[in-house]
Amino acid sequence: MSQLTRDEVAHLADLARIDLDDAELDHLAPQLNVILESVASISGVAGDDVPPTSHPIPLTNVFRDDVVVPGLTAEQALSGAPEAEEQRFRVPRILGDEQ
Amino acid sequence: MSETLVPFDEVVERFDPALGLEIHVELNTNTKMFCGCPAVFGGEPNTQVCPTCLGLPGAMPVVNGKAVESAIRIGLALNCEIAEWCRFARKNYFYPDMPKNFQTSQYDEPIAFEGYLDVTVPDENGGEGETFRIEIERAHMEEDTGKSSHVGGSDGRIHGADYSLVDYNRAGIPLIEIVTKPILGTGDKAPLVAKAYVSAIRDLIVALGVSDARMDQGSIRADVNLSLAPKGSGVLGTRSETKNVNSLRSVERAVRFEMSRHAGILDAGGSVLQETRHFHENDGTTSSGREKSDAEDYRYFPEPDLVPVAPSREWVEELRATLPENPAVKRTRLQGEWGFTDLEMRDTVGAGALDLVEQTVAAGAAPQAARKWWLTELARRANDAGVELTELAVTPAQVAAVQALVDAKTINDKLARQVFDGLLAGEGTPEEIIAARGLAVVSDEGALSAAVDKAIAENPDIADKIRDGKLAAAGALIGAVMKEMRGQADAGRVRELVLEKLS
Repeated sequence: MSQLTRDEVAHLADLARIDLDDAELDHLAPQLNVILESVASISGVAGDDVPPTSHPIPLTNVFRDDVVVPGLTAEQALSGAPEAEEQRFRVPRILGDEQ
Repeated sequence: MSETLVPFDEVVERFDPALGLEIHVELNTNTKMFCGCPAVFGGEPNTQVCPTCLGLPGAMPVVNGKAVESAIRIGLALNCEIAEWCRFARKNYFYPDMPKNFQTSQYDEPIAFEGYLDVTVPDENGGEGETFRIEIERAHMEEDTGKSSHVGGSDGRIHGADYSLVDYNRAGIPLIEIVTKPILGTGDKAPLVAKAYVSAIRDLIVALGVSDARMDQGSIRADVNLSLAPKGSGVLGTRSETKNVNSLRSVERAVRFEMSRHAGILDAGGSVLQETRHFHENDGTTSSGREKSDAEDYRYFPEPDLVPVAPSREWVEELRATLPENPAVKRTRLQGEWGFTDLEMRDTVGAGALDLVEQTVAAGAAPQAARKWWLTELARRANDAGVELTELAVTPAQVAAVQALVDAKTINDKLARQVFDGLLAGEGTPEEIIAARGLAVVSDEGALSAAVDKAIAENPDIADKIRDGKLAAAGALIGAVMKEMRGQADAGRVRELVLEKLS
């Protein structure tokens, strides 16, 4: 199991929009490695015949009929928004481009 | 930064283009991909939302079965393999139009993969045209984002805006993303191949009936990848990705512009930046967006809230049986059946009259007659009214009925136009209109004979010419008789009478 470097942690923090200063990076990067090592012990138990599992329940094809069900009113939808305008969510200036 | 653009002819002399196209198709399901909110276009802001598509804590998604069905049908129509088992994945990034802070998509397990679509680029001189096989890498299921409008700044654009307003009605509408493999060997045809491919996808989507397929409303959106490599080098250059090119013409122009731009950079010894670009409709140029982040930066992982999709082979075969005929194959078949020239066929397709002509022929009309009415008389009326041919208040069955009356010599072409007037005015069936307007051709031989005698008497010079064997002169006498009969005569019969009397 390769170690997660301090730079990689800084990069992940940036992607996750978490502002970490140098002291926090020094403190947290080794802790993340401990977690990764603990999880990695599973691969010591599971043989090559056990594929990685993403869903513990052996279910497939759980589908919904294409039928409209009532959702929220605009008022309800916006009730938790810090700011709203013209029945829309108001968000701060966007830097960068749309995906 | 000023850009050096290399003229297109020079670009293709020295470089090989590689194309890649990603097309997003918004499905026309009743509801969204993972919740039961309506997926219709144009509702009041934030009236088609629920905790799931707003990404509220604890909300659980459930897959829309109809969307999976549409995805499989699209995959089959693109000659793809359909996965026996696949999962959804989270694509993690932050953007206000995506309320969950991840897009539920598919990553390394798309529902459809390894397909192809053959597209034909028309020959400029009206010849056969050249067919290219476009290899499809994958078609996968995902969801659309919300819609932002930017307030403040100069012109409602994102740069310089003070803040943005977001409407989440569109967030969660099912999307199918269709991705090609690199398309090589198109040379100077690259812009036309790109356009022909997007056009073929649109035709296919229309034939499948799985989307509104309106490029102008964004229900089909194309991203155009392009790179250049020195001619004959066999390598792939660095690509740019021009996003959201929203018309067929723009697809062609975007490829053309990017080829000229890339060549300018490479000629100057520079390297092309791997980035997204925006296309500008007004002048056909592109401008820099953001640098493309690596796939790893999205930190994809399997979506834990959705169980895998494992379409049974029986279901896939059932859906295969519902596939319509491939539009390009259908066109070739119909052209053969109808005996149309390439030009006639292209005009028919271009006028949006293919289905109308097909239905008119099915209702009993000769193909050339069906084509003639839809492409001349009715196209003109549709144009005058500012509507599509299909929106005109005349049905293929009525056109066939009018033509049957022409064939039976009850009316002639000129009178048929007046019948169409009546049909558009809602005056009843063709027969009723003919009766009400007194349009039927006069079949009273006595009246016709008298009119012919009169025309001969009034035009002795012409009559002499015909007697001398100059049959071409008959036209003038026929014209005179038709005028006398106010157009309500069968010109063929008039000609027979004229020649009989002067032989």
